[in-house]
Amino acid sequence: MKLIIATIKPFKLEEVREALTEIGVRGMMVTEIKGFGSQSGHTEIYRGAEYAVNFVPKVKLEIAVSASMADQVIETITNTARTGKIGDGKIFVLDIQQAVRVRTGETNEDAL
Amino acid sequence: MNRITKTGLAAAALTALPTLALAQDATPSFDEIGPYIMTTLLFCMAGFLVFFMAAGFAMLEGGLVRSKNVTMQMTKNIALYSFAAIMYWLIGFNLMYPGDGWMVAGWVGPFFSTTVLDPVGVAAADAALDYASIGSDFFFQLVFVAATASIVSGALAERIKLWPFLIFVILLTGVMYPISGSWQWGGGWLSEAGFSDFAGSTVVHSVGGWAALAGAIVLGPRLGKYSKDGKVNPMPGSNLALATLGTFILWLGWFGFNGGSQLAMGTVGDVSDVSRIFANTNMAAAAGAVTALILTQVLYKKPDLTMVLNGALAGLVSITAEPLAPSLFGALWIGAIGGVIVVFTVPLLDKLKIDDVVGAIPVHLFAGIWGTIAVIFYNSDASLGTQLMGIIAYGVFTFVGSLILWFILKAVMGIRVSEEAEINGLDMAELGMEAYPEFSKG
Repeated sequence: MKLIIATIKPFKLEEVREALTEIGVRGMMVTEIKGFGSQSGHTEIYRGAEYAVNFVPKVKLEIAVSASMADQVIETITNTARTGKIGDGKIFVLDIQQAVRVRTGETNEDAL
Repeated sequence: MNRITKTGLAAAALTALPTLALAQDATPSFDEIGPYIMTTLLFCMAGFLVFFMAAGFAMLEGGLVRSKNVTMQMTKNIALYSFAAIMYWLIGFNLMYPGDGWMVAGWVGPFFSTTVLDPVGVAAADAALDYASIGSDFFFQLVFVAATASIVSGALAERIKLWPFLIFVILLTGVMYPISGSWQWGGGWLSEAGFSDFAGSTVVHSVGGWAALAGAIVLGPRLGKYSKDGKVNPMPGSNLALATLGTFILWLGWFGFNGGSQLAMGTVGDVSDVSRIFANTNMAAAAGAVTALILTQVLYKKPDLTMVLNGALAGLVSITAEPLAPSLFGALWIGAIGGVIVVFTVPLLDKLKIDDVVGAIPVHLFAGIWGTIAVIFYNSDASLGTQLMGIIAYGVFTFVGSLILWFILKAVMGIRVSEEAEINGLDMAELGMEAYPEFSKG
């Protein structure tokens, strides 16, 4: 089992959700986050004063899938969330040691 | 145009008495009472509109402060209006319109002379038939003084303590504004000198602006507004929809502010002038907004809504000293320059580290000075020298007076909340009540 953590541009969220649903992903966790990477921040002007926006808004997806599905999920996110411009986000993949479905007590692959 | 003084009124009423006494049993003809009724109606309707400007100021300020200070800003707005209303009855109205009761002729009217209304069901013979009812006149003048106090609350938002602010408001609306107002609208020395301020670019708006400037200097900027290296750190407002609503309400209220200042609606000429003022007032606001929109697009690559809102208000303030005489094109360029003034002086104040939360000083003081000067372009009775004299007189009196008052308040009770209270927000620190309790803090 793999936990795929992806940060993407917020406006791509709906597109990515649809694409993942199509390939059979049955659930995900979504968090609105702020951060910076190579995109760094940018400057804005408010009432004539320039200021730096150091943290850029992003959406973080956390998706638990069976190991066999991980590559397909990563590929789908990469293809859907990509704009080609700086700030498209990153994907991290972790191993999951254990999974439990609270309602039934099912474990691991059955719980996903 | 000068407001009609009570001396003139009393004299007119006396000379009118014998003829009226003869016709006492007959119902007065409309020619006799029509102007009184129409002008009283004008004051009532214009007064409602100017009253609503209190809501406009509240929404504008509520939108431009951060969410942690919204409850406090609303509290200040309703409190300042209410104190102003009481003070204007207690001292202000008669101090500003002394009639023949000057304490120092042309300079200071009578203190502690409360306002008394016309008796219930006043007879035509006893009414000021060449003007309007006392109740309508009092109400119309009192909503103006409230506008002055609102200007101060916006500039000093987010860091001033509630009670010292309200004490300042009481003295501003009860004493300072009425005294300086009497110089012009009460028939005092400035009106004798030929100074011209139709609806109050200087008498109302600059006075509020000067008081706000003095307060902002004594109070100091909000924590973190200016970095040590001179960088300006913006503190975006909590709700630009409310700020926009507030601006539109002020724009609406301004029709009463300027239109009502015609002070008469009994003739074809007067009622036509009121409509002329409406059209010019509207044009100046539109021109100020469009100018700020285009200028911020050009200067900053993106239009800045808060500047566009300030631009509309600056256009309104600019036309307030002479909304009657200019052509529509005249109103357009006078208002447009108001918009330019705002876009360039908001950053200028920041450079001087004077923190004006809502842009009240550029809008009301700087555009007010401009509007007072602009009178000379369309009103041949006004001269640059006299206009400048009026601007300086109001500036010195209000700025120095306010400065002294703020310093006294600072020494006696302190005017600024603690650092912790400021960071946590005045809503919880001073009131224990949030404007948006169901939103998490961002």
